[in-house]
Amino acid sequence: MKETPLSNCERRFLLRAIQERKRLDGRQCYDYRNVRISFGPEHGCCVVELGKTRVLGQVSCELVPPKPNRATEGILFCNLELSPMAAPGFEPGRQSELLVKVNRLIERCLRNSKCIDTESLCVVAGEKVWQIRVDLHLLNHDGNIVDAASIAGIVALCHFRRPDVSVQGKEVTVYSPEERDPVPLSIHHMPICVSFAFFQQGTYLLVDPNEREERVMDGLLVIAMNKHREICTIQSSGGIMLLKDQVLRCSKITAVKVAEITELIQKALENDQKLRKEGGKFGFAESIPNQKITAFKMDSAAVDTNNVEEQAEEIITKADPPSEVFAKPILHTPGTAQIGEGIENAWGDLEESEREEAAEEEGESSTTAFECQRTETEDTSMMNEAKDDPIVLSDSEEEEVVILEPQEVPKKTRPQTTLKQESTSKKAFNKKRRKKRASR
Amino acid sequence: MEVAEEAAGCSLRPFSCEQGLLSRPDGSATFVQGDTSVLAGLYGPAEVKGSRESPDGATVEVLLRPKVGLPGVAERSREQLLRRTFEAVLLGSLHPRTSITVVLQVLSDAGSLLACCLNAACMGLLDAGLPLSSLFCGVTCALDPHGDIILDPTARQEQEAHAVLTFAIDSAQRKVLATTTRGSCSAEEAGLPAPRPISGRGGVAAATRAGSGL
Repeated sequence: MKETPLSNCERRFLLRAIQERKRLDGRQCYDYRNVRISFGPEHGCCVVELGKTRVLGQVSCELVPPKPNRATEGILFCNLELSPMAAPGFEPGRQSELLVKVNRLIERCLRNSKCIDTESLCVVAGEKVWQIRVDLHLLNHDGNIVDAASIAGIVALCHFRRPDVSVQGKEVTVYSPEERDPVPLSIHHMPICVSFAFFQQGTYLLVDPNEREERVMDGLLVIAMNKHREICTIQSSGGIMLLKDQVLRCSKITAVKVAEITELIQKALENDQKLRKEGGKFGFAESIPNQKITAFKMDSAAVDTNNVEEQAEEIITKADPPSEVFAKPILHTPGTAQIGEGIENAWGDLEESEREEAAEEEGESSTTAFECQRTETEDTSMMNEAKDDPIVLSDSEEEEVVILEPQEVPKKTRPQTTLKQESTSKKAFNKKRRKKRASR
Repeated sequence: MEVAEEAAGCSLRPFSCEQGLLSRPDGSATFVQGDTSVLAGLYGPAEVKGSRESPDGATVEVLLRPKVGLPGVAERSREQLLRRTFEAVLLGSLHPRTSITVVLQVLSDAGSLLACCLNAACMGLLDAGLPLSSLFCGVTCALDPHGDIILDPTARQEQEAHAVLTFAIDSAQRKVLATTTRGSCSAEEAGLPAPRPISGRGGVAAATRAGSGL
């Protein structure tokens, strides 16, 4: 599917509005959209909504041999996927520039900032370490994928619990969640990306651009920072030239935003932990609103299966029994086998049944596997019916031809078009030959 | 067989669904069955590339995305099953030379995943406003080693069962649109007509009951 292009008047409208310090959704220039975090039933699964942009994050772990030059460190692997449902222009399997750019940013933000203590992921030095895999899926694209993805990534990492291990010499025992409680990852800090969109060669700036604004922007500045005001990653793309104090101003704005978002994340994580401990309901089912017209909930319902047996018996007795099971295969010669027998050859037997069949076949569309020239068939069948002729077999290319009894009425041989025939045996073929009555 | 035993296995987990939650796709729905949750996003009728267009009707494409890792062969086979089910129900001939794309994202998997995908896709098709000849639903049955039928099994019940059957049932005539099984079970247990009528449990009958509840 192709993305609908942005029209010129829409572009002009957006730029004019930005010049007048107005945004389409009514936000101020430095306002963020609402961030909403919900967790799934398993640890490490979360969905983050930044306005309408929605990202799913899932963390999983696996024991693997470490990298040769980092024998005592675990591995963190991040992957962001643009789901084909996120936007009509996203097609599966196509490595677009946007995907590469966003993936690289997320990787730098999460991995290069060393937000996770990878040393603690080591189980047996040089042999077994934990590989932590963060899978992010963009579900709906309404702008600012990087921010939403970075929030989802860090929230999922904070939420995740890895299985507990114990090492005795060379032996490693991995405990299941029932045996021992899973252990959280050790997280040093929470880096969060904040994006700034620049318009008119850096004159106007908007925080957290949505999809329309992203389309008309000149350049993008992304700053990843944690709540201790440490910049983890900074990237400016689009070829705009920024002044030093512009960048400093952006970093101050970032500090404020990151503090707010980090507080929100902490609150969400605490809430979820409390719910799980107290045995309350958690998971995606809870994030579906109760009183909305587009939502529906139904509690556990028992299905009455008391009469199922009788009903099943009824169905079974009423239903037709399946056709006769074929006998075992007959081996004629090495390489030639036959299973089952075709229908008995009734050519030349009953004229009425043949004519009926001819009428039937004329009505059929020519989608049989055999190429027959229908027009000729129809012509001759008309004549045939008038003259009341039985069918005759004309020249065909198969071996073992069955010759019918010659009739009193003079035979009408017709040139028969070539038919594709594959025969393994004579008998199995009879049914097919009943259908190819081209010589009418 | 006691009534209590049957009642224990034959109940559906609490389910819920929400439609229209994504702004970009033409239709979207999320379906939650217990802890299993699937999000469906649909685009259609939309433009289709030249080689794949069909003058008879719409081309249906299904993409099933697992949560972790790349989609593999199992996802591909499920996509084919889902596609055939949708083609049976969609009135594709009303939109020739177009494509209808259904993208299913697994949000969490705790058993009966394929049935949840079917349900989410049905709600998504409704939300997209595509013409359907009937609604359909998906139900999973598991046959545990004792021979009892468990409807809407959890992941653990699915693992312990010796056969797991998933049915897609349409709403107009309560007929089975598609079925897939994993494991081995006798034909009577599945509820198929046997050469000699044998009394046994009807997995299909139970599933149809559950389907009408959904």
